[in-house]
Amino acid sequence: MADVAIERKDSAPPRAARKRASLRTALKRKSTAAFLMTLPLILLISLLVIYPAFYSLHLATLNKSMQRFVGLGNFQFLFTRETFWLVVQQSCIFAITAVIFKALIGFVVAHFVHNIPAKGQRKWRGMLLVPWVIPPAMSTLAWLWLFDPSYSAFNYLLAGIGVDRIPWTGETGWARFSVILVNIWVGAPFFMIMYLASLKSVPDQLYEAAAIDGANWWQRIWYVTLPMMRNIIAITTLFSLIVTFANFDIVRILTAGGPLDRTHIFATWAFRIGIEGGDIPLGASVSLFMIPILAIAAVFILRDINKRGNEA
Amino acid sequence: MADVTLRKVVKRYDEVEAVRGIDLDIADHEFVVLVGPSGCGKSTTLRMIAGLEDITDGDIMIGGDVVNDVPPKDRDIAMVFQNYALYPHMTVAENMSFGLRLKRYPKAEIKTRVDEAARMLDIVELVDRKPKQLSGGQRQRVAMGRAIVRNPKVFLFDEPLSNLDAKLRVQMRIEIKKVHQKVRTTTVYVTHDQVEAMTLADRVVVMNNGRIEQIGTPNELYHNPATRFVAGFIGSPAMNFMSCRLEEIGGKMHIRLTDRIVFPLPPARAERYKTVSRTDKLQLGLRPEHITEASPHAEPGVENFDAVLDVIEPMGMETMIYFIIDGAEICGRVNPNADARAGAPMRLAIDLNNMHLLNEATGAVI
Repeated sequence: MADVAIERKDSAPPRAARKRASLRTALKRKSTAAFLMTLPLILLISLLVIYPAFYSLHLATLNKSMQRFVGLGNFQFLFTRETFWLVVQQSCIFAITAVIFKALIGFVVAHFVHNIPAKGQRKWRGMLLVPWVIPPAMSTLAWLWLFDPSYSAFNYLLAGIGVDRIPWTGETGWARFSVILVNIWVGAPFFMIMYLASLKSVPDQLYEAAAIDGANWWQRIWYVTLPMMRNIIAITTLFSLIVTFANFDIVRILTAGGPLDRTHIFATWAFRIGIEGGDIPLGASVSLFMIPILAIAAVFILRDINKRGNEA
Repeated sequence: MADVTLRKVVKRYDEVEAVRGIDLDIADHEFVVLVGPSGCGKSTTLRMIAGLEDITDGDIMIGGDVVNDVPPKDRDIAMVFQNYALYPHMTVAENMSFGLRLKRYPKAEIKTRVDEAARMLDIVELVDRKPKQLSGGQRQRVAMGRAIVRNPKVFLFDEPLSNLDAKLRVQMRIEIKKVHQKVRTTTVYVTHDQVEAMTLADRVVVMNNGRIEQIGTPNELYHNPATRFVAGFIGSPAMNFMSCRLEEIGGKMHIRLTDRIVFPLPPARAERYKTVSRTDKLQLGLRPEHITEASPHAEPGVENFDAVLDVIEPMGMETMIYFIIDGAEICGRVNPNADARAGAPMRLAIDLNNMHLLNEATGAVI
């Protein structure tokens, strides 16, 4: 309102002055300033994300020697290979199982930590975050030793109670179990900290009102906690699904996709084919398969998140 | 519907004693207001009745049953919170029916009760909205609706109007009174606002420092406060307090405020105070409405004196005047036509028939 009044007052300023003034007002506008401030990041993302993304799209259309354009030939070839479908299946099992358990464990642990008196809470929060803070490549090495078939701590303990040695990374079922277990161990603290923050933002009086309304502890979680945490749960689940789906280091270090490709997921198989197997266009095609799968998941989970918005 | 009884109820947090042994009997259908300054233990007391706080010692009875260890959901109470505590993800109707749905009432019954409460509170057109689409006053109505549909034994209100603006507060106060007149449910209401306490309550419980100072009807508290705290807390503007002494002059009892200001006591008062020690430090308590402009006709017990006014506050229907006696600021209430002017002397009258005499050391009203 005020701007309009000011412009009217000096109705005919010289042209040059007006031009300078308009530049100044453009700079003053919040959107312009915000765009300029985010520009470095936008450039960085274009350079490191958008360019490689399109480059891999381009690569996926070339033949093995990267000399000839083959269109969708690589994809057609992938569809005919059994290992590809195995990897699709394994990636889904890996990501979905791991995310479900991470979310469940994170939720339960967040409740425990939330109920620790404030004095000791920082300490516990810090300790529980450790698995997530250590670089996974390092911690996975430690797990690799724990899983060692002959000398490992796990098998030693099992032998102590008279149970046979378990081939942790040597047998399909156990190998899948092991990679998922390590992934849960690394990822659950992230859920814990997100859920804890969200729990803390639920007003106590809502629980008191629910307690007076006659809700037992389970109904309080179902009717108060979960609805209040809905958005956080959706966002963390999606985020973790993406990260878990695209996981590379844990599987690569723990099993390298073995035994017999039975723990390969998209990223490790793409690496095996593209880098180790020397067929970069085929590897690029494999990794591109993650996009449509994750896009569908994103649409489902983020559907009407805006509508729900901040109801509080 | 039920009566509520507190017997020697104590609440201790580690070192701090928030409530120090409260005895309180609330009759069926009664509207009782707990009032006091911040930290006096009134909210803690209410939360102990609700079962949201454990009691350290003593007994709480609702409808004759000791409920010390009964969880809130089994006490058959409903509570209205200061910040409404509505479930943000539920509509108004869902908020109101939540308790009934948990208890698996039939759908038709729930609908009847919600409709009835919505009509009573004038929120029928809001039932499908979410709390964030409502104004503060509307949210407060919904919170009350949630309490009403449960048809509980006792309503508990925890400073329900504190988050509303002044005008809305007055309106909702009347609304709450209307609702109580209709449903007649035993109500315990906590507030720090003495006007709310006076206007709503059948009986007011004035609390201070974890103890009950006085229990009584609004009129009793106003006209016969038991302690200096109650005398100063109830009433706005607050009661004036002036140091004074009792003196015998010519065989009649007088009250001396300063070297120059001394008034004879009315006979009834002289009789009442005849055993009071002449050496005790005393205080005269007088409400502003008992300090007025002097009237041409002498009335028994009303004495005139002159004062130089410091400040005047014209309020329209009356004018508040402020002046100093013996270092204490005194407030009086005069007719707006009485020609009160700041800095000018004025002939004033004080009505000693309505005086209170307090023991300065104990704070007790004599």
